[in-house]
Amino acid sequence: MIQFMNVFGIWLAAFFTISIFSFLYKDNPFYKFSEQVFVGLSAAYWLVYIIYSIMIPNLFAKLIADFSGNAILLIPATLGVMMLMRLHPRTQWLSRFPIAIMIGTTAGISMLRYMKSDILEQVTATMINPFAAPDTAGVIGNLLLIIGTITGVFFFYFSKKQDGIFKVPSKIGIYFLMISFGATFGYTVMARISLLIGRLEFLLKDWLHIIQ
Amino acid sequence: MKLSALAERRIIYSVLFVAVALPLIFPIGWTTEVSEYTRMAYQLIESTPEDKVVIISFDYDPSTMTELQPMSEAMIEHAFKKNHKVIATALWPMGVQMAEQAFSKVLLDYPEKTRGEDFVNLGYKVGGMVTIQAMGRSLPEVFPKDTQNTPFEEIPMLKNVRRLKDVAYISSLSSGVPGIKEWMMVARDNYQVPVTGGCTAVSAPGFFPYVNEQRQLYGLLGGLKGASEYESLIGRLGSATTKMDAQSIAHLLILIFIATGNIKAYKAKRRKKS
Repeated sequence: MIQFMNVFGIWLAAFFTISIFSFLYKDNPFYKFSEQVFVGLSAAYWLVYIIYSIMIPNLFAKLIADFSGNAILLIPATLGVMMLMRLHPRTQWLSRFPIAIMIGTTAGISMLRYMKSDILEQVTATMINPFAAPDTAGVIGNLLLIIGTITGVFFFYFSKKQDGIFKVPSKIGIYFLMISFGATFGYTVMARISLLIGRLEFLLKDWLHIIQ
Repeated sequence: MKLSALAERRIIYSVLFVAVALPLIFPIGWTTEVSEYTRMAYQLIESTPEDKVVIISFDYDPSTMTELQPMSEAMIEHAFKKNHKVIATALWPMGVQMAEQAFSKVLLDYPEKTRGEDFVNLGYKVGGMVTIQAMGRSLPEVFPKDTQNTPFEEIPMLKNVRRLKDVAYISSLSSGVPGIKEWMMVARDNYQVPVTGGCTAVSAPGFFPYVNEQRQLYGLLGGLKGASEYESLIGRLGSATTKMDAQSIAHLLILIFIATGNIKAYKAKRRKKS
């Protein structure tokens, strides 16, 4: 039975893979069917996962095991129920409170962390002696890092019209930005091809057994 | 002969399909040069002393396993080679299964490694950055049991591990949020625990600036290429290495397509002018 289910699962996965790929030829019922199944399955999977992996172990199991010791959990549980009140027009105002708490907490935590990691640490990492590198390539790299950062930031400085002498760093900044967009595009292509490789590997290996 | 845009698109898809499939069936064996980012990640693990406890976080799901699963297998293998004790955690729900799959594959070559003594899967925890912060204060509070329902206190390899500071390094294999950035922001920037890892190629350019003088990240494996570079460093002929042939052929083909498209556009512009 297990063997049959394994083989059936592989054939099913192959069918859905090919159905999704068929969209590249043109939109068709097989693609539509696969798309709908995917959406439905994902929603159902997440619902079950949230109940069994988040709600039960983090809330219900703890309250059943030791109610008075875990009574504080009733606060987030109540907030969660208030969030669900959104579904009804007459009670949806209640959901504003948990949303406000979430926004406030997230903003507070993120502000601290992003300020340190994305601003202070990044600025410090740019304040380097470019000539301290051990070799010429390192020195050039450091110089490019400093020039690229300064001119890149300057490009986004809009309080002064960028003409005359102010146009030069802005123009250099654009070139650095264009190179970074090119690199990002290259990596994006790599990621998308990897997805294709993954599906083709599944079809050729697990389904057709052409490769080992 | 003039082809419609739709027909042209179909030809491109078909050629790309064949170009990716053929190297998978008939591998070429092209090698890739190891980048400094990958070497840094490798050196962090290589220089960590034996018997240290480390965290490998599986922050992805099956949609990106083509790129990230080879990385996690290579990193587990490297950690096992160096006799590190591996804690697997997951900030993504499906990361738990990804970790189990990776361990079972690597264990084929390391049958002597045992659960609880050499590795443990603590499972998934919701919360992202907040969870990592809580792990910085107390790991047993966040993960009271592992995925086998063994209490944290009864797992032999964790007897001296109470908080994030007790681990030698953290490696996050990440395909989005929460992932490597959250680990870096809290574990590295708050608790000074070295963080390394890998990510999908599409997000790699966004993370490279963190591999800097401040060592916010100790190297980074970017996509399938990063995975194949790591495999070559640890001397493993893994799935990333075999897939890189297909990747390279596809890139070559896309370059040809871009060049052809540009020539066509140039010719059309000239025709229009004249």
